[in-house]
Amino acid sequence: MTVAENVVRLTIASQLEFIDLVTSLTDNLTSIAGFDEDSVYWINMAVRESVANAVEHGNRYDPNKAVDVTFVLSDESLHVSVRDHGDGFDPSDLPDPLDPINLLNPAGRGLLYMRTFMDEVEYQRHSEVGMVVNMSKKRPLKTVSAIPESPESARKTEGVGPQHDTIGD
Amino acid sequence: MTQLEINERRRDGIVIIDLTGKIIIGDGSRLLSAAVGRLIQSGERRIILNLAAVTSVDSSGIGELVSRHTTTRNAGGRLVLLNLPRKIRDLLTVTRLVDIFESYEDEESAISSFQSKIPA
Repeated sequence: MTVAENVVRLTIASQLEFIDLVTSLTDNLTSIAGFDEDSVYWINMAVRESVANAVEHGNRYDPNKAVDVTFVLSDESLHVSVRDHGDGFDPSDLPDPLDPINLLNPAGRGLLYMRTFMDEVEYQRHSEVGMVVNMSKKRPLKTVSAIPESPESARKTEGVGPQHDTIGD
Repeated sequence: MTQLEINERRRDGIVIIDLTGKIIIGDGSRLLSAAVGRLIQSGERRIILNLAAVTSVDSSGIGELVSRHTTTRNAGGRLVLLNLPRKIRDLLTVTRLVDIFESYEDEESAISSFQSKIPA
């Protein structure tokens, strides 16, 4: 399998309605990667937060600005990068949502959730325009040796399918 | 398709809002905001949010729960959570909000809590 076969790219307009497209794709990829049910859910949420941030805070809902999402599935990890085309920002300027003074703020928790549920999260300015957030999550050890050839074979092998719609016990 | 369905019912003078679906950025958060806002404006001060059938919440949804909690409290009322799914509890724990909300695992306990407490 070549590297190119493990890369999935998706570009959406800055509309909240399109976020579900990205998270559906995320669920397919995390299932292929062999993540357990909880991890599938939390990775979905991290990606949802990153794309929502790009639409809302990065592109400020400008319909002329796109959000570019790239998934790279390697033997070791799932890497996700989300790029907006906005004016950019300094992540260190964001208020700490865990500071008692910010605890009841209605917003500002998305990045914390992304950092909680992914192994690595890093923001950087794109060389041309906008911000890019790079996130990664290590794949479960039991599936490190091979990337299944199709979602169907992954489900047969691991017995795991998309789990994005149920959060209760 | 609507992200969030909201059904209101009343027991012992307490409004119970049964939520079904997703409380996420967009319609879900807006609908919840409008529903609780309407109740507060009409004078309701005792509100239970039943989250048993909520399938997904994001940071916007958590923010909306915080806002409705604050709005109700500032109006001299109480808003409590019922049937908190494990993953929503996890999200509240991560952001240190779990102690901000009163939550109950069964409806009788949630109802009783209003009968034993006087709003601040």
